[in-house]
Amino acid sequence: MSDAAPAAAAAPAARRAASPRKTPPGVIAAKALAHLLALTPAAILGWQVWQEFSTGQGGLGADPVAEIEHRLGLWALRFLMIALAVTPLRQLSGQAVLLRFRRLLGLYAFFYASLHFAAYLVLDLRGYWTQVFEEIAKRPYITVGFLAWLGLVPLAITSTQGMMRRLGRLWGRLHQLVYAIAVLAVLHFWWLVKSDIREPALYAGILAALLGWRLWKRLSKRPKPL
Amino acid sequence: MSLRQAFTLPASQITDEAVYRERRRLLAALAMSPALGLAGCAGAEAPPPSAARPASPEQIKAGLRTNEPLTTYADVTGYNNFYEFGTGKGDPSAAAKTLRLSPWTVAVGGECAKPGKLSLEDLIKGLAPQERVYRLRCVEGWSMVIPWLGVPLADVLKRFEPTAKAKYVAFTTLADRKQMPGIAYPSISWPYREGLRIDEAMHPLTLLATGLYGKPLPQQNGAPLRLVVPWKYGFKSIKSIVAITFVERRPATAWNSLQPDEYGFFSNVNPDVDHPRWSQKTERRIAGTGSKLFAERIPTRLFNGYGEQVASLYAGMNLKTWF
Repeated sequence: MSDAAPAAAAAPAARRAASPRKTPPGVIAAKALAHLLALTPAAILGWQVWQEFSTGQGGLGADPVAEIEHRLGLWALRFLMIALAVTPLRQLSGQAVLLRFRRLLGLYAFFYASLHFAAYLVLDLRGYWTQVFEEIAKRPYITVGFLAWLGLVPLAITSTQGMMRRLGRLWGRLHQLVYAIAVLAVLHFWWLVKSDIREPALYAGILAALLGWRLWKRLSKRPKPL
Repeated sequence: MSLRQAFTLPASQITDEAVYRERRRLLAALAMSPALGLAGCAGAEAPPPSAARPASPEQIKAGLRTNEPLTTYADVTGYNNFYEFGTGKGDPSAAAKTLRLSPWTVAVGGECAKPGKLSLEDLIKGLAPQERVYRLRCVEGWSMVIPWLGVPLADVLKRFEPTAKAKYVAFTTLADRKQMPGIAYPSISWPYREGLRIDEAMHPLTLLATGLYGKPLPQQNGAPLRLVVPWKYGFKSIKSIVAITFVERRPATAWNSLQPDEYGFFSNVNPDVDHPRWSQKTERRIAGTGSKLFAERIPTRLFNGYGEQVASLYAGMNLKTWF
């Protein structure tokens, strides 16, 4: 958060006690609800996987591995888009409180992207571990998907308050990586479909709007040359 | 049961795989029992050769059958690519029920002595349906094992007396916007077209299928008439055929026209020729009744394992160039 307290040498617990700004109960409740909603797709899928495992009937179709991968990937992409929507929504609505949800949303994008990648490694490439390097190196869509996940790792690691303080101005620069990650994620989706690009095109459109908004804000803030 | 009656089977009448195999085994046993002899079968439909009997070494050697575990009826009929009904795997089984299968006319023409428009019944009249248990490898990297019912394409084509100019055979799928909701979106340049070189079309493994699992084809699987070319990627096995044309030049085909660098005219299954965007070295086999969560990837085989029967068709051809 850009309005984080200046770096303090005090222990975090002491700082929190001394902090005049307490998280209001409404925000805590809203965050709890956000966690609950964000975990729902994982819970549903987890239940279906368990059903599939124990009865062979999980409602995941004839190729459950592909279905699991696809669904996890979609949720990763959706959370990435929602996280990127926070800033424009805050600017449009003037509700600064929205910013409190950005880290949570970004971390869920990383959570689903990691599950998606794990499903690919564990369920899909089972028994073909040697193939993974070849696939990542030789298949453009897997290359960009892997790079997108890899880009999320440092963002997740540096998502703590302490890291924000330590990195200072660098933190903002580092987290601008998310724009490139989102482009790679959409490209990853685009390149894996055979001919029906409607779904990836929808996400490309959303991303174009989200990034376009930022570009327009930046350009319109500049003083006009005389 | 007549073909026409069978087209409107309720789901409750679909036999599951275990029952199917058992019934076939019984029929086979009955047919062989001396007490009944041949007369015992008179009046009853002659049962197709059966997936219940293990394939004989000769059948396996000829590529006509395999003893690998079958894909369940539910998976064969519920997981399909048939873009005329939508691009999702579940779309065809959900949307294709409306496809009218009767009357069905096939126009056969081009470089042949006896062209004509025939009803489906006339097209395959007098040809006994054979059961073939083939592997089917999709270009997307999954595969199935399916007991088809059909007639060798060669037996049908010969009736039209192709001339010396008939170097290729072109096939066309029905494209009826009213019956096929997927046509509204140009995922393919409709109608769907496919083609084979004449020697591929005349090969004994090339089947003109009218059924699977001992029953007429469901709409989503390309009813009432589809091609099955087991050594090529699945999209070559064109569905719901309305036209067969003998041509001199290589015909345009749907996927090849769409993305020529990704989908070749030949599209023979080949683990050493990758799709530009993904590997073809392995495949996920969708088969059996257990949990498919841990379905092992298996190595993809050249010509989908039918090399012994078809490799000679491509002697001297560079398979990387002619992919």
